[in-house]
Amino acid sequence: MSTAIPWRVATVVGTRDETPTARTLVLDVPGWPGHLAGQHLDVRLTADDGYSTQRSYSVASAGVPLELMVQRVEDGEVSPYLTGSLEPGDRFELRGPVGRWFVWRPRDTAPVLLVAGGSGVVPLRAVLQARRTAGSTVPVHLVCSVRSPADAVYADELAEPGEGVDVAWVHTRSAPPDDPRPAGRIARADLDVPGFSPADEPLCLVCGPTGFVETVADHLVALGHPAAAIRTERFGPTG
Amino acid sequence: MPIISKGFRGRPGGRDPELPPGQYRTTDFPVLSTGPSPHVDPDRWSLTLVTEAGETSTWDRQALLALPQERPTVDIHCVTKWSKFGTSWRGVSLDTLLDGVSTAASFVKVASYGGYTTNLPLEDLRGGRAWVVHEFDGRPLTPEHGGPVRLLVPHLYFWKSAKWVRELQLLTQDEPGFWETNGYHDYGDPWREQRYQGD
Repeated sequence: MSTAIPWRVATVVGTRDETPTARTLVLDVPGWPGHLAGQHLDVRLTADDGYSTQRSYSVASAGVPLELMVQRVEDGEVSPYLTGSLEPGDRFELRGPVGRWFVWRPRDTAPVLLVAGGSGVVPLRAVLQARRTAGSTVPVHLVCSVRSPADAVYADELAEPGEGVDVAWVHTRSAPPDDPRPAGRIARADLDVPGFSPADEPLCLVCGPTGFVETVADHLVALGHPAAAIRTERFGPTG
Repeated sequence: MPIISKGFRGRPGGRDPELPPGQYRTTDFPVLSTGPSPHVDPDRWSLTLVTEAGETSTWDRQALLALPQERPTVDIHCVTKWSKFGTSWRGVSLDTLLDGVSTAASFVKVASYGGYTTNLPLEDLRGGRAWVVHEFDGRPLTPEHGGPVRLLVPHLYFWKSAKWVRELQLLTQDEPGFWETNGYHDYGDPWREQRYQGD
């Protein structure tokens, strides 16, 4: 029997607003054992009457300090707290890392096709960081689907993703005027990318809301990618 | 000793005694899967039960529908923290499928179309606590929720309720399934918060 993953104390060392409703928390977690890009962790909040509740969040960074990005749900229980009153020096508990399936390992040599719907970009951003940290040169193509340019998170850093990484934006409701791609939901053509075809045997990591993930995974299967090469993670706002 | 999160109050509804520890209630029906949803033609679907002696029983959709149907209404609990109360399903009790099957097995390995697997003690499939279901909320089960037929074992975390179920293999020794070899708990009782290995 292995020992349980322990709860650790996280201290907020910084916060950063990504969009009007999404905030990054930068955390110092003494004893954190390290994690793989794509893994998640559990956050536990405890009220002064002893009531506690938990939520899962993907880790947004490849290393430490840990970063989480929390999307605020207006009538939520946890996300308004994490995106609202929390400030540097405040503490809460977390444990992890969890999940060994939706991950990218620095030793992986296959090209990587990353597909993000909305805030589903969070664990995929950790993949880009891990690749850079490891000095990996595997080709990466990231497709980010967002409603409008204002909904894009990490837009500045994704504008300069580094050598060997391409980032393509899919705007579902309103595209910038200079974008040759008209606004519209993600289509099979958005995923048919030279260098990332089934013959190139890429690893496909898809993260986003349920409907988005189902649509993209079906498109990838239709393009000829084997189901075993398509790893999915649901990522939606949690209260 | 848990640390208090300054200013965190929680919601009155969070203190619901019907919620297992660490869970929150949702009215949504989130989907968790590891890859593309297999689209299995209901007319080509079948479920095979294999005993430890290698004896098999197979049901196709018609055979399943010919068995006594039950309509369980149950609470379900996902290891990713959401719980959904009062979900209603239609299908066949595992007691019915196991009736007359001669076995000394203690464990079951469940296999799905698409390659997913999970493991349970055989005892947990008996006693009116487990079903194979083909309807949710009065409608045929959709692929993303495990259609045409999925397992339903609501007293364990929901990853045990394998979608797109294809085979039940009775075993004398426990064999961990997909999530159980990827860091998740072997048994998965939400009331004892058995989320991960070692919990």
